[in-house]
Amino acid sequence: MIQVIELSKNYGDVKALKNVSFEVKKGEILGLLGPNGAGKTTTYRILTGYLKPTSGTIKVKDYDINEDIIEIKKMIGYLPESAPIYKDILVYDYLNYIADIRKVSSSRKLSHIKELADICRLRNVMHKTIDELSKGYRQRVGIAHALMGDPDILVLDEPTSGLDPNQIVETRDIIRRIGKEKTIIFSTHILSEAEATCDRVVIMDEGEIKADDTIENLKKLTDEDKFENIFRKITRGS
Amino acid sequence: MENVKHIFKKEFKSYFVTPIAYIVISLFLLVIGWLFFSTFFLNRQASMMQFFSLLPITFSFIVPAITMRLFSEELNIGTYEILLTLPVKFRDIILGKFFAAISFIAIMLLPTIIYAVSISFVGELDWGPVIGGYTGAILLGAAFSAIGIFASSLTRNQVIAFITGMTICFSLTLLTDFLLYFIPNSFIGFFQYFSANFHFQNISKGLIDSRDILYFITISFIALYAANLVMKEKK
Repeated sequence: MIQVIELSKNYGDVKALKNVSFEVKKGEILGLLGPNGAGKTTTYRILTGYLKPTSGTIKVKDYDINEDIIEIKKMIGYLPESAPIYKDILVYDYLNYIADIRKVSSSRKLSHIKELADICRLRNVMHKTIDELSKGYRQRVGIAHALMGDPDILVLDEPTSGLDPNQIVETRDIIRRIGKEKTIIFSTHILSEAEATCDRVVIMDEGEIKADDTIENLKKLTDEDKFENIFRKITRGS
Repeated sequence: MENVKHIFKKEFKSYFVTPIAYIVISLFLLVIGWLFFSTFFLNRQASMMQFFSLLPITFSFIVPAITMRLFSEELNIGTYEILLTLPVKFRDIILGKFFAAISFIAIMLLPTIIYAVSISFVGELDWGPVIGGYTGAILLGAAFSAIGIFASSLTRNQVIAFITGMTICFSLTLLTDFLLYFIPNSFIGFFQYFSANFHFQNISKGLIDSRDILYFITISFIALYAANLVMKEKK
């Protein structure tokens, strides 16, 4: 479904990504893990068309990001880190706007917005401006934004960061529920969450891929019981 | 093209959510109303000429205030990332914002039609130049909006966007008035062609000439194209 091929990105002299290659299969939930500054967000931003790679490419189905980025954007629902969203707009108006851009047919629009409001538990804030919402609610608006128009692929950059434990569990449930039909890439700093949700993990550090395997295999390979220890070993945290 | 409509709708709506829109409109009406009517009765002429001749200078600072948030705010709060990862072309984003700004200017000008109507009660108002003046005002507003959008695309700071936009608009307005003192007469005709004021005054006399219309369209196109290049360069 998604092939990242020898992807590099430089910001001036800083090499944020160095020849990164990995693959995501259809229907898979992939955890892209790594410490801050590892290059996860840069990878997402290139995949979603916000940034251009210095070299290399990403292919989604048969489309190439350097040529058919609009087609790729149509397939991807993206939740950026800390979900930046317009502030002076009603939640309903915002979702309605995204639905229009995503070409949700007018006959289906209302029921689709309702459906997403139910999934993300937004029903009772639909007529508030986003400015008034708590962080947890904003994050849910961000998830609803990503789900709008039923994209095949979801890219979620730290969907649970800054949420309280209850909200984290809720968000994880949402990801798991929708993950049954969709291809998902997401990142998190909560390793138990990755363990509970991901089919496979790619661990990055300093712009390079350090591991690409299932968590079980990683445990066997490294003779470690705790995923946390494996993560620290791989990313030189210890 | 359908996306232009969606972006336009959202941008236009969000103008009126915050109090900024109402402040800008009030300020515009206050400034132009005062400048116009303080000399109106001295002139003893039932004409809107004076009103229209004030527009280029007033628009030079009002229009950049209207457009300054269009990109700078998105860059600042991070929604620029959302905007660019939606399946929308840069062109559609820029045009949507551009038309929203023009519509806002049209709404801002709407109350001034009362001036024309009240003048027509006290004297014989020639409606030709009035219609020409409003056409010119929209074209002038469009060109200045495009410049403002370009300025806004450059920076995440709205104040810088405002000052940059205002500087360019003022320069275009005052071009001939300034240069008059510095260049030989034979060149004035050439430099006049770059002056927004010159072309606007032509239209507001009621002479709708394709050259003047083309001037405003060209300025709009160049500025919007520049904004497009800035967006591409930002990647």
